[in-house]
Amino acid sequence: MIPAAFEYYRPKDMASVLSLLEEHGDDARVMAGGHSLIPMMKLRMADVPHLIDLQDIDGLSEIEIGADTIKIGAMVTQMDLISHEGLADAAPILRETALQIADPQVRYMGTVGGNVANGDPGNDMPGLMQCLDATMSVIGPDGARDILAREFYEAAYMTAREDDEVLTSVTIPRPKGGHAYEKQKRKIGDYATAAAAVQIVKENGVCTSASIAMTNLSDIPIHSPDAEAALVGTAVDDAAIKAAMQAMLGDIDPNEDNRGPVAFKNHVAGVILRRAIERAWSRA
Amino acid sequence: MSNKMHIKFTVNGKVEEFLAEPRELLIYTLRERLNITGPHIGCETSHCGACSVTIDGKSVKACTMFAVQADGADITTIEGIGGPDDLHPLQNAFKEHHGLQCGYCTPGMITRATKLLEENPNPTEEEIRFGMAGNICRCTGYQNIIKAIQHAAAEMNAAKEAAE
Ligand SMILES: Cc1cc2nc3c(=O)[nH]c(=O)nc-3n(C[C@H](O)[C@H](O)[C@H](O)COP(=O)(O)OP(=O)(O)OC[C@H]3O[C@@H](n4cnc5c(N)ncnc54)[C@H](O)[C@@H]3O)c2cc1C
Repeated sequence: MIPAAFEYYRPKDMASVLSLLEEHGDDARVMAGGHSLIPMMKLRMADVPHLIDLQDIDGLSEIEIGADTIKIGAMVTQMDLISHEGLADAAPILRETALQIADPQVRYMGTVGGNVANGDPGNDMPGLMQCLDATMSVIGPDGARDILAREFYEAAYMTAREDDEVLTSVTIPRPKGGHAYEKQKRKIGDYATAAAAVQIVKENGVCTSASIAMTNLSDIPIHSPDAEAALVGTAVDDAAIKAAMQAMLGDIDPNEDNRGPVAFKNHVAGVILRRAIERAWSRA
Repeated sequence: MSNKMHIKFTVNGKVEEFLAEPRELLIYTLRERLNITGPHIGCETSHCGACSVTIDGKSVKACTMFAVQADGADITTIEGIGGPDDLHPLQNAFKEHHGLQCGYCTPGMITRATKLLEENPNPTEEEIRFGMAGNICRCTGYQNIIKAIQHAAAEMNAAKEAAE
C-alpha cells in the first residue's frame, strides 16, 4: 500500500504553514500524527499532493491548566493526555477517554488536534469536546478565530474550519462534578459502536447540571441538551435515566454498518449512556 | 514522481543518510533500503504491530510513518535491542517461556515490550495486556507472551537492584 506521490514540507513556523496552504489551496493538507491521514493516503482515499507536517511548529504541544480553563495545544498527543499528572486531576475525563482510543502505538502519535479536526464520526474526542463545551481555536489568512465544539461539526469530514485554517488549540472550562467516558467497541483499536461522554454535578443529592454527548451514532457527534434536561433537578434515579436515554435516542441517527444494524446501535447507545450516567453520578 | 528528499536519521546507533521520495514508508526504508528486516510487515494497515519500532522514545508502527517524518530522529529496532550472542532479557524470556510459535510478531512484540517496561518496570498482568494491545499474535493466545514479559521484568528489576 503505497500512497500517491506528494511533495513534503516541514515548516518551522505557522506563517509558513499558512502561506503553503494559501499557495496550494485544496491540494495541500496539514499532517499532525498522521494516524488517520496516512492510512487514508495508503488506501488512496485521500489525495494530498502537498503534505505539510506540523511537527516542527512551536507552541502547539502545551497543556495549560488555568484557574477556570484548560488549554490543550493541537499537537498534544493522546499519550500526553494520559501521562500528564495535573490533567488527571483537573479533567480526568480526558485521560479516561484517551485510554479508550486505539492502542498504545497509535496513542503516541495521534493528536488532539488531528482527532477533532479529522471530522470522522468514529473519532472519540469530538463528542468528548462537545460534552465539555470546548472551544476550538483556529488560525488562517484573516487571523485567529474561535469556534464552539458544539457548532464545529457539519457532516462527516466537514467542519466549520476552512481549508486554509489550522487548528491551534482546544480550550475547555474546567469540568465540574463526576465524569465518565463509556465506549462499546468490538476490540481494542476499534472505533466505537457507541460511546457516551457524561459530566454531572450533584448538590445535596440532586443533579444541578449535566452534560451529555454521543460518539459514532450519527455522521457528526451528538450533543443532547434534551437528555441533559431529563437529569437536571432529579436524583438521577431509574426514571430520570430512562428519560435521558429516550431523549438521546431521539437525537441520534445511526447507520447500519459492520458494527451492526440500526436497532442494535440504538440498544447499545442506551446501555452505554446508562452506564456513563451511573458512573458519572457515582463520582459526582 | 515527486522530488526526492535528503533524509538522515540514526538507526540502532548508526547514522543513515539517503535520498527518498516523501511517500516512502519507514517500514520499507528499514527493510528494503537498509536491510534491517527485524521489523515485519503483517497487516500494513496500522493494526498488527509487527512493524513496531521505537522512535525518539515512542513505540511506533513503522508502516504508518513516512521515512521523511523521521528525519533527524533516533530509531531503535529489534536488531538494536539484542542479538544471538547478547540476548536482551525480554528476548531470553520469550525463548524460555515459549512466548512465540511462528515468530512473525515477535520482533514487534519485544520492541514494544522494551518501551512498556521502561515506562512501567513492574506491570500487572492487566497492564501488560493493555500495554501490548497494539501487537497481535495469531499463534500463542498471548498467555506465554505475558508470562515472558513478567519474567523479563522480574529479571531486569533484580539485575537493577543488584547493581545498586
Ligand atoms: C489502528 C487505529 C485505531 C484507531 N482507533 C481510534 C479510536 O478508537 N478512536 C479515535 O478517536 N481515533 C482512533 N484512531 C485515530 C487516531 O486517534 C488518529 O491519530 C487521530 O484521529 C488523528 O490524529 P492525528 O494526529 O493522527 O491526525 P492526522 O492523521 O495527522 O490528521 C487527521 C486529519 O486532521 C487534519 N489535521 C490534523 N491536525 C490538524 C490541525 N492542527 N489543524 C487542522 N487540521 C488538522 C489533517 O489534515 C487530516 O485531515 C485510530 C487510528 C488507528 C491507526
